[in-house]
Amino acid sequence: MAGPQDDAIIRVEHLTQAFGSNVVFDDVSFEVRRGEVFVILGGSGCGKSTMMKVMIGLHQPRAGHILFENQDIVSADRKTREGIQRRFGVMYQSGALFGSMTLLENVRLPLEEFTDLPADAMDAVAASKLRMVALEGFETYMPADISGGMAKRAAIARAMALDPSILFLDEPSAGLDPITSAELDQTILSLAHSLGVTFVVVTHELPSIFTIADRVIMLDKKTKKIIATGTPQELRDHSTDPFVHQFFHREANPQEETA
Amino acid sequence: MAAATPQTSQVERSDEGLILRGRLDGASVGRLWSEASRAAAEFGGGTLVVDASGVDYCDGAGAALLIALRQNRERAGGAYELRGLRDQLRTIVAMAEPSAEAAAPEPPRRENPFEALGRSTFQAFADLRTMVEYVGQLTLALASAVRHPRQVRGKDMMLVAEQAGIGAVPIVALIGFLLGLILSFQSAVPMRQFGAEIFVADLLGISLLRELGPLMAAVMLTARSGSAFAAEIGTMKVNEEVDALSTMGLEPMRFLILPRVVAAVLVVPVLAMVMNAAGLFGGALMFLSLDFPLVTYVNRITDAVRLADFVGGIFKALIFGIIVAAVGCQKGLGTGKGAGAVGLSTTSSVVTGITLIAIVDGIFAVLFYVLGI
Repeated sequence: MAGPQDDAIIRVEHLTQAFGSNVVFDDVSFEVRRGEVFVILGGSGCGKSTMMKVMIGLHQPRAGHILFENQDIVSADRKTREGIQRRFGVMYQSGALFGSMTLLENVRLPLEEFTDLPADAMDAVAASKLRMVALEGFETYMPADISGGMAKRAAIARAMALDPSILFLDEPSAGLDPITSAELDQTILSLAHSLGVTFVVVTHELPSIFTIADRVIMLDKKTKKIIATGTPQELRDHSTDPFVHQFFHREANPQEETA
Repeated sequence: MAAATPQTSQVERSDEGLILRGRLDGASVGRLWSEASRAAAEFGGGTLVVDASGVDYCDGAGAALLIALRQNRERAGGAYELRGLRDQLRTIVAMAEPSAEAAAPEPPRRENPFEALGRSTFQAFADLRTMVEYVGQLTLALASAVRHPRQVRGKDMMLVAEQAGIGAVPIVALIGFLLGLILSFQSAVPMRQFGAEIFVADLLGISLLRELGPLMAAVMLTARSGSAFAAEIGTMKVNEEVDALSTMGLEPMRFLILPRVVAAVLVVPVLAMVMNAAGLFGGALMFLSLDFPLVTYVNRITDAVRLADFVGGIFKALIFGIIVAAVGCQKGLGTGKGAGAVGLSTTSSVVTGITLIAIVDGIFAVLFYVLGI
């Protein structure tokens, strides 16, 4: 398959995270390859979003390493970490657009802070990012004036403002109708294929996973480990793990069925 | 694919137009933008050919540059041709291109000054109506709570009372102490010229117990707790928690507002007394420094201050408490959308609370004078 190559852009090594005595995941290792759409899967409360926040350097892990192009984010000093984080684009679950700014201003903000583009060039770049996510004409809209799906697309445009090497998306399809969700999946695919950007997506929306994912890992709440790795099709058709089977076939727990 | 050595990004003029080389990314486009735009603008008639065969990488920023060159050329009435860009990079430019057939949505219309005036007036009346309704509902809820005290959620009320009352004691005591000290010092200096410094105690006692103690306690409550009520309920409104309460059939008035108002009513008189005591203590220190014995200070205070002054002050504090909590909660409930709206509600609760306290204090002053209190 064209696209994903074998070199890893991020390596997660023996990562453990806990809040007090509550261990979220324990001694987890995996790698994200350059140019792929990598999906972190799992049931509610298994630590998917926590994993993403640790990977982007928002939370310090209890143990382990995260190597971005062989640079360890965990042990890096603040300045180095900020330099690495500038190469990340992050879309949060709620979109997290700044409510007091128009969509164009939201996308323009990172350009103002971190580039030496002339003012009209910043506008042009920001507008082109909005066009890439099909928000042409909405530049002067405020976040409160657009729908949830549009807000998520605008958040992707802002995350792409500095043309990051890797984009992290937290639950991009959550709360969206199937049509809007499918449109967002197409946006992700076209950005991944055209720009060669690596995507790390946290989700548990099955249709979305089968559309966008090159590879997935599945976290398990009970064991705190990765219980499956592979393509979505491999996990659906060949996994012998009962939880993975349940997840991909949307089956309730037996005791819940009889309850 | 053989890895080519990346070239330094640069723009060159040619007979046909421009030649772009190297990487067109966020880091290089900032440098190239002005130079490329100037070269394109200075190019004469005919078709401006942008030769991008030497471009080995192009991201969103590079695409924006190529699009801007085309748009500027077309706006100036000239023709444009992009030549030699690799197919994969062309896809990126195509994604960032304005679509010709996309029906641009109507931009949000800006209202003219007359419309703005009309809307503000309408909003002011709507706010007034909401306020009147709110005061009515609150009065009924308070009256109902007096008749049926179990309606007030005791646990919530105690929690608020602890945060707004006990939590405020140290700062109220400190402010009261400084107030007493400064007030007595500032009045002692001119009064000494007339040999009247002994009356500092009278001045301090009456002004603190009757006026400044309750007033300052209420201002402190507004700043500490009224704003907190507005921010807390405002955030709940933004997160749709208030809607969730309503749809569960639980009245926000009983669940959110009543516990806060009752707690404030209970704690403000106590805070006023703390303020009074701390102020009198600060005044006592000042009085002692004027070489008067403590007993003189105590005698002057007890002679000058009547029970009515103290009771009137505490009664005012009680009314101020209702105002502070009611305004804070009302501003919280009226919060719009987004984080900015919570900030506006919080600011508005403090400004409105302090303004109303000052107005009501003035009304009390006239009322007490007329009643001879």
